[in-house]
Amino acid sequence: MLELTMSLRRGAALVEADVRIPGGVTALFGRSGVGKSSLIHAVAGLLKPTRGRIVLRSDVLFDHAAGINLPPERRRLGVVFQDGRLFPHRSVRGNLRYGVRSETDAGASFDAVVSLLDLEPLLGRHPSSLSGGERQRVAIGRALMTAPRLLLMDEPLASLDAARKAEVLPYLGRLTREFDVPVLYVTHSVDEILDLADHLLVMDDGRVIADGEVEAIAATAAFQAAAGPRECGVAVSATVVGDEAGGVLTRLAFAGGELVVPHLTAPIGATARVRIQPQNVGLALTRPEGTSFRNILPAVVVDVAVRADGLVDVRLDCGVPLLASVTPLSRDELGLKPGLSLFAMIKTVSVRR
Amino acid sequence: MSWLTPFEREALLLSLKVALVAVAIILPPGLATAWLLARRDFRGKSLVDGLVHLPLVLPPVVVGYVLLVLMGRNGPVGGWLHDVFGVTFAFDWKGAAIASAVVAFPLLVRAVRLSIETVDRGLEDAARTLGAGPWRAFFTVTLPLAAPGVLAGALLAFARSLSEFGATITFVSNIPGRTQTLPLALYSLTQSPDGGHGAFRLCVIAVVVALGALVASESLARRLARRLGQGARDA
Repeated sequence: MLELTMSLRRGAALVEADVRIPGGVTALFGRSGVGKSSLIHAVAGLLKPTRGRIVLRSDVLFDHAAGINLPPERRRLGVVFQDGRLFPHRSVRGNLRYGVRSETDAGASFDAVVSLLDLEPLLGRHPSSLSGGERQRVAIGRALMTAPRLLLMDEPLASLDAARKAEVLPYLGRLTREFDVPVLYVTHSVDEILDLADHLLVMDDGRVIADGEVEAIAATAAFQAAAGPRECGVAVSATVVGDEAGGVLTRLAFAGGELVVPHLTAPIGATARVRIQPQNVGLALTRPEGTSFRNILPAVVVDVAVRADGLVDVRLDCGVPLLASVTPLSRDELGLKPGLSLFAMIKTVSVRR
Repeated sequence: MSWLTPFEREALLLSLKVALVAVAIILPPGLATAWLLARRDFRGKSLVDGLVHLPLVLPPVVVGYVLLVLMGRNGPVGGWLHDVFGVTFAFDWKGAAIASAVVAFPLLVRAVRLSIETVDRGLEDAARTLGAGPWRAFFTVTLPLAAPGVLAGALLAFARSLSEFGATITFVSNIPGRTQTLPLALYSLTQSPDGGHGAFRLCVIAVVVALGALVASESLARRLARRLGQGARDA
């Protein structure tokens, strides 16, 4: 869908990319200052790459060799900036209408966007009277009004506190499901990736170092290193099998067996993505008896690595990749080494979407 | 305006006409120059900057003399304008407006440039991604947000035009009813032995006009700020 082969200079740093981005939601992940925003700005036409090509579907947006560089207003992309960038001299309605092309074809989509993002009560207000979360909702709505061919979001939630994030996140989820618009989403939050994204690009030091499905990339060492020890977790795709314990729990099937999670209001056969964080995984050499753990899976150790903070990351294979973190003491007592068969006890499984 | 003598009324109306026309003439090029200096980097920028500010640091008499040489009936520009368009600036109120415009130009550019520099470029980028070309982005985002500065600059230029003396008297002389603006009329009165009372009256008129312009611009600025949606706090 989007073909991105380019390099550009930001001060002394070089930002390079050579990726093909499919439809759906693609998260662009990396620490601050690795060039994620530069990449987005280049796609939007606000930064000119020093060489390369940017092609959306079959439409060339930038081609250094052919001397093509479409100005931003002719790229038909929606951009949501980290700081919202609402026009302070226009009401919410005026901001939303700014990018609408013609009154006739806008009617339906204006109402659709307003209702999707619950903007009706805000229409007459001015940006200065909105909360941070409300501003970002308006900014997202304003970008959607232009009927963009691709929505670029540059850390839209990064400037919000946890409560405001939680307020806006569900809207993003609805947006990606209800509007058929591909999204390129810059973030350094694992939560947002697991909630929203289908596809994941990991950037480090101006380069894209990993590229693929979220479930596959989330378990890689590259992602774990970029995410940091506290944030990381693996994502598992699972299917709803049925209820258990009289509807208190739901059983999910995945490549490594079955998981029991708190009740989900989803039909049998629906897919869910669950996140398992390494600190919630315990290890045992024999199948434990008489335990409160409901999720115990046979697994094989793939790799054992000591983290910067002294804890030990154990990479497991239980049909899907899984991560556990243990103390060096446990590593030595259990004799953890690649190839060892054991049991993973999963304390908490959070269902992300 | 029966409380004004015909002499005073003539000088006042001429002054207002000259000042308004001067501001109107320099507004479009002033906005363009200010935008260029605020937003673009190009070779020779400091030279342009210097040229724009030149009338501010030159004695007005020098400005008037240069205008006389260039734009007089026999000057290279003035002669051409006279031959092609039949317009004469020398010894005419239009010349007075030109003199005021040149002297007031740097004041306008300075104020507008400063206010454009305070407008967040990110907002202009946002407008571009929403489908606005450079012109639309300027007129719908940059200019409205810089409006208070544009207003202040225009008032400054207007006041400078009203008070213009040296360049005007050098370029278009001091002809009652044609080029005799308020300051020139006042000067004439101070030169005549029994002009004391008339000069005092003109002083009062000048003060009233200046105060009126200040008050009007203050109230306009307040209304603008309200229109900007209390945006100043939001920036």
